[in-house]
Amino acid sequence: MTLSSPLFRAVATCVVPEAARLDPAQWDELEAIVARAVAARSRAVQRQLALFLTLLEWLPLLRYARPLSRLDPARRAKFLDRLQRAPLLLLRRGFWGVRTLILMGYYGRPAAAADIGYRADARGWEARR
Amino acid sequence: MSVSPSYDIVVIGSGAGGGTVAQELAPLVRDGVRILVLEKGPRFADQDFTGRELEMADALYQDGGAFLTRDGTMTLAFASAYGGSTVVYTGTSLTAPQRVIRAWGVPGLDHGDLTRRSGKYAEQNNVHPLDDPLINDNNRLFVEGGRKAGYLVEQFPVNVKGCRGSSLCNLGCPNQAKQGTNRVQLPRAERSGVEVVTRAEVLRVEPDRSLTVRVSEKAAGTKGAPSEWAPGDYHVQARIVVAAAGAIGTSALLLRSPLPAPRSLGHGFTCHPALILVAEHPHPITNDVGHPKSYFVDHAASERFVLETCMYFPFVTAKSLTGFGATHSAIMHAFPRLQMILILACDHAAPGNRVAVNRAGSPVVHYRFTPQTTDGLVRGTRAAARIFFAAGARRVHAPADPPLLETADAERLEERITARHFRPGMVAVSAAHLMGGCGMGRTAADSVTDAWGLVHGLPWLRVADASLFPDSLEINPYLTIMGLADRVAEGIRQDLAATRGRAN
Repeated sequence: MTLSSPLFRAVATCVVPEAARLDPAQWDELEAIVARAVAARSRAVQRQLALFLTLLEWLPLLRYARPLSRLDPARRAKFLDRLQRAPLLLLRRGFWGVRTLILMGYYGRPAAAADIGYRADARGWEARR
Repeated sequence: MSVSPSYDIVVIGSGAGGGTVAQELAPLVRDGVRILVLEKGPRFADQDFTGRELEMADALYQDGGAFLTRDGTMTLAFASAYGGSTVVYTGTSLTAPQRVIRAWGVPGLDHGDLTRRSGKYAEQNNVHPLDDPLINDNNRLFVEGGRKAGYLVEQFPVNVKGCRGSSLCNLGCPNQAKQGTNRVQLPRAERSGVEVVTRAEVLRVEPDRSLTVRVSEKAAGTKGAPSEWAPGDYHVQARIVVAAAGAIGTSALLLRSPLPAPRSLGHGFTCHPALILVAEHPHPITNDVGHPKSYFVDHAASERFVLETCMYFPFVTAKSLTGFGATHSAIMHAFPRLQMILILACDHAAPGNRVAVNRAGSPVVHYRFTPQTTDGLVRGTRAAARIFFAAGARRVHAPADPPLLETADAERLEERITARHFRPGMVAVSAAHLMGGCGMGRTAADSVTDAWGLVHGLPWLRVADASLFPDSLEINPYLTIMGLADRVAEGIRQDLAATRGRAN
């Protein structure tokens, strides 16, 4: 799976629903942030991530007879919710990692920070007067 | 490999410990003593501190502030920079509690002595409570809510000078107001002739007191100045070595060095695992302006938690919330109405929680949550929720199912917030108070160093950072590190005087 694959975007829009409204350039920005973060990790972590994403795509076959990227949004959300509560630490941790990367890609963009009303400024109080 | 000149004293690390030792030993330069500080991170210029979240996290922190523990259930935040983690903390400066120092039971470590030394640095670094007009709503609501809920709320003394209230402390102060070692102790040491070399990682310390040092090149497009030395590997000879690379850095360095180190090296790691909790108020509040961390509630002794005011950035906030989807987004979009509280669990040294190194010599932190630590997080979360509601919040986002607690839930927090929602991998736990690994004690059988940071069996090697703590401190550690580093410097001065006395 690559970061611009249907699976990644399917999970990303489930984690942050507003991501569905991003234009191609904004998706590129989001994916570039995630790619940089992944590249900075060790090979072992990168391998674990790739393996987990493969698992993420195909695990729903057991229950829904479809891979994750082809599930409707409601079922996708339900599946991911189960994953974050899974009894197996491996699954919880894997989802936590993917979720963190998506949140970094989305909220790490200055436009997203502005959109939620985050206004911190180096000038501090002076900027609010 | 290049060969560099020999030094009398080499200090590894330039944070609260290394910076303090460098300053305290600096007067010896006048007597011809050669002192070198080796810092793994770069030296940043004032204009490098932009306050942009990901950019600064990447520049300042190891792994962008998300160094993962071995089982991947907690992230650890520590900086690599001229000034170490004093560049990125909020400047909160407390002295060690007497009951904690007593409980450590280190022979020769007296609470009164440590307090006096810490006080010296509190004065040097302008530690004081902020004036009331500088306190924002996020902090004010914590005080109001805390008092209404029956907690003793105390004000943090902070080490700032000319704080403009950017709220960006954890990304490095863009106004140079925070008085870390990068602003106070290191410049003083350098003015006195101490040499500081940045981007210089110490790979190994050899039994012959030589250090293998790798100086990195400044990569294109990255922040910070190039190293003072040309990039490459160096072999530095020292008479005295002071390891002050932080709990993880120092422990890992000594573990990968071929030294006859005590068996407990790396053990006793604690970190005050922390959770960020947010609550939504019905109206906008000042939160992302003003000093973020001005008040705290200390329930360490009774319930194993400390609550602190805090305010984080969009990504850190997003990852700290439980869950995902529309509920998560709704809270994020309420950012101007959010109040935040940081819950710190007061963990204790536990078997298996330790710093180790992998085959490449890189640090690996093994950490498992004990039931007591999880209980501290659960109790702290309930207390934070009480404070939020008492302050007028209309809903609280917490590790619960569902994660949004409405005002009606305020009466049944024990039922809504339980340990089952805090299973590892379900909540975003992070830690920035990294302690232990080279604990002080009586002998090599029970510790790594003595009460003066001297490594048992290696009279030329001292430790001067939070790795000295034999157990968690239960408060923010910087002034205590500085107090201990002051003792280390005194020990070195005594050693040198004794050597000279013998020579004469």
